[in-house]
Amino acid sequence: MESNDENRNCMYNQNNCQYTPQGINAAFGYNTAEALTDDLNCCNSCNHEECMQNRNRIRSEMMKQIKCLSFAVVDIAQYLDTHPDDRKAICLHKEYCNQLEELKDKYQRIFGPLSIYYPCNKWRWLEEPWPWERSDFNVDL
Amino acid sequence: MWTYNKVLQYPINIKCPNPKLAKFIISQYGGPDGELAASLRYLSQRFGMPDQKSKAVLNDIGTEELAHLEMVGTIVHQLTDGASIEEIEKAGLGAYYTDHGVDVYPQSAAGTPWTAAYIACKGDPIANLQEDLAAEQKARATYEKLIDLCRDDPDVLDPLKFLREREVVHFQRFGEALRGVQDKLAEKKFYMNNMKCNDNSNYNMMNSNMNNACGCN
Repeated sequence: MESNDENRNCMYNQNNCQYTPQGINAAFGYNTAEALTDDLNCCNSCNHEECMQNRNRIRSEMMKQIKCLSFAVVDIAQYLDTHPDDRKAICLHKEYCNQLEELKDKYQRIFGPLSIYYPCNKWRWLEEPWPWERSDFNVDL
Repeated sequence: MWTYNKVLQYPINIKCPNPKLAKFIISQYGGPDGELAASLRYLSQRFGMPDQKSKAVLNDIGTEELAHLEMVGTIVHQLTDGASIEEIEKAGLGAYYTDHGVDVYPQSAAGTPWTAAYIACKGDPIANLQEDLAAEQKARATYEKLIDLCRDDPDVLDPLKFLREREVVHFQRFGEALRGVQDKLAEKKFYMNNMKCNDNSNYNMMNSNMNNACGCN
């Protein structure tokens, strides 16, 4: 894969990185998107109580991960603005961006758009509550 | 939440600095009908809207206004960037230069600093949307005056024409949103902000107010 080639350039062993991961930023080392959506295969649209609960649980979990990764990107980008030559931070940034992109794509394909730049066959932008309306999927687990 | 895209919504490349025009155009940055007022007006009002369409329209137009704010700031910057101190003085920007140099400060053409008094959040969706419709018309009118004043520089004219067109489109969208809200408020039972309804609450008062507000019974 091309990302492997890219990662080969990462100098994880370099010790001059001054970036201090903030909170949850430090916790990301694996990709959760795959595991989360695998559970959805059998019950993406049915209305059984159990399936709906499962769907909401997965959705909350995915949303939480998206928020964590978004914040991680914001925080590390600000650090990189003043430390543009920090190779290790650049590697972390790339890792978070890739994970975020993949996870957001999966989330939006199932649960609808997070921004107006996600194409849908029908206008799903109006379907969900807004973030200031205490919607279930914005409450942290 | 918001993310930033490192690109202008519409390209701006002004070849000749002209601080005289900057002095006028800055009104659309921080003046009464400017883009800062527009974005904060819509993004503040969206919280109180009663239906999905009006929330979406205020959210999405308010967001576009932030992009317009950047465009107007860019025009002002490019018109003053590289101008000589004589040109700045001659353009009547001596007082501005004293306090702000060639930074882009949110103020009106007449020099009044931006104030939240330019916007209204009335706690009434009909009143708010009517204000938004008026705001778009006032912004369109302002752009038309600026287009008159900038008639000799096509580099400035072009983005101003784009911005003017957007005001017209936004007016259209707000009109559609207003009709939706009127329909919503005309429904027999309408619960504002999930207000609990019991006999002693102010729901009845609320309900009759709403009916009056939209002209229905």
